[in-house]
Amino acid sequence: MFRIDFNKLRFLLCDDNPHMRRILRTLLHSFGAREVYESEDGATALEMYSHYVPDIVITDWSMPIFDGLELAQMIRQPESKGNPYAPIIMLTGHSEKRRVTVARDAGVTEFLAKPISAKGLYQRILNVVANPRPFIKTKTYFGPDRRRNISNTYIGPERRVGGEAEVLQQPSLLDKARTTL
Amino acid sequence: MAKDKPTTTLQVETFADHHVITQPNPLRKVLRRVAEKDLDDPVARAEKALAGLSGEFKNWMGIEADRLTAAHAAILKGGFTDFTREELFRAAHDIKGDAATFGYPSAGAAAESLCRIIEHAPDLDEVPSELIAHHINAIQAIVRERTRLDTASMASELSRKLRGVADEYLLHVNRNRPEHLEAILAPSIVPGE
Repeated sequence: MFRIDFNKLRFLLCDDNPHMRRILRTLLHSFGAREVYESEDGATALEMYSHYVPDIVITDWSMPIFDGLELAQMIRQPESKGNPYAPIIMLTGHSEKRRVTVARDAGVTEFLAKPISAKGLYQRILNVVANPRPFIKTKTYFGPDRRRNISNTYIGPERRVGGEAEVLQQPSLLDKARTTL
Repeated sequence: MAKDKPTTTLQVETFADHHVITQPNPLRKVLRRVAEKDLDDPVARAEKALAGLSGEFKNWMGIEADRLTAAHAAILKGGFTDFTREELFRAAHDIKGDAATFGYPSAGAAAESLCRIIEHAPDLDEVPSELIAHHINAIQAIVRERTRLDTASMASELSRKLRGVADEYLLHVNRNRPEHLEAILAPSIVPGE
């Protein structure tokens, strides 16, 4: 059985609702987290993301002006100087398939439907810590592998073209981001 | 963790139309193995902390319900605009997400029904004003009357009936809009636990 040392993790919360921020902060602190940064809109969250380099981002979807979806899209910029790989957990009251697909395609790592629960939040965090997925970069997508089921027989739309892989070792963009701070 | 000096490298596998990028798990260091009989339960601890906040939930729920009523009042005064529609939707959407946590699941259900009307009605000016008003009034009533002993089942029944009326209306006005019909009839696919 594994436990997470929450006191070694740095979180960034983004939710325009002060009550929800208070609940999230309470849950994270009681898990053991010490470093929890908060913002009430996506634009401020993006600034804080660059400044604090959090390990995990937890964001609401619906916010005025600059929402959680746009925040995820801005973080998932492979050429940016920041870290484009941080896990993003999206809290959402939107649970329709169309909405979830849009968020997934923006590079969101995990979903957590409201109403929030301690168990649900803990499990999402455990999942991104213990089971990170590789990132996929195509012409139109950069983010965690959207296929959670490994199937070589998949023949549906957007089938990736395989073939012999050319393997390159590159410095981590996360390292680059941190060394520039 | 974020302060550590990482020494990770990325492995990039390049295929014909995509790259697969894998990095050693930068968060692995925060995982530690514990005995199965480990008594520390972070989830139970968090639930206890959340229960400690519960004394504030009634006040918070009242604030959320008043915000919804204010958004509705602005529409009654000036009609639907992009701004007033957004304010009403966001107030309802927040209640949909928060109310069950605050102990008002029926208010959350009524708010969800209102969100569906705002999202899927082809023209909000054509929505019967009573339909929206009944949702607002129901949420206010559920929040204000919660302390009465017989209100839990009544609140549940009220929100269930509102959802039935709202869905009937939405199915009728969207009968020629298949993309909306699909969204209205589709079940939630986001896991909550």
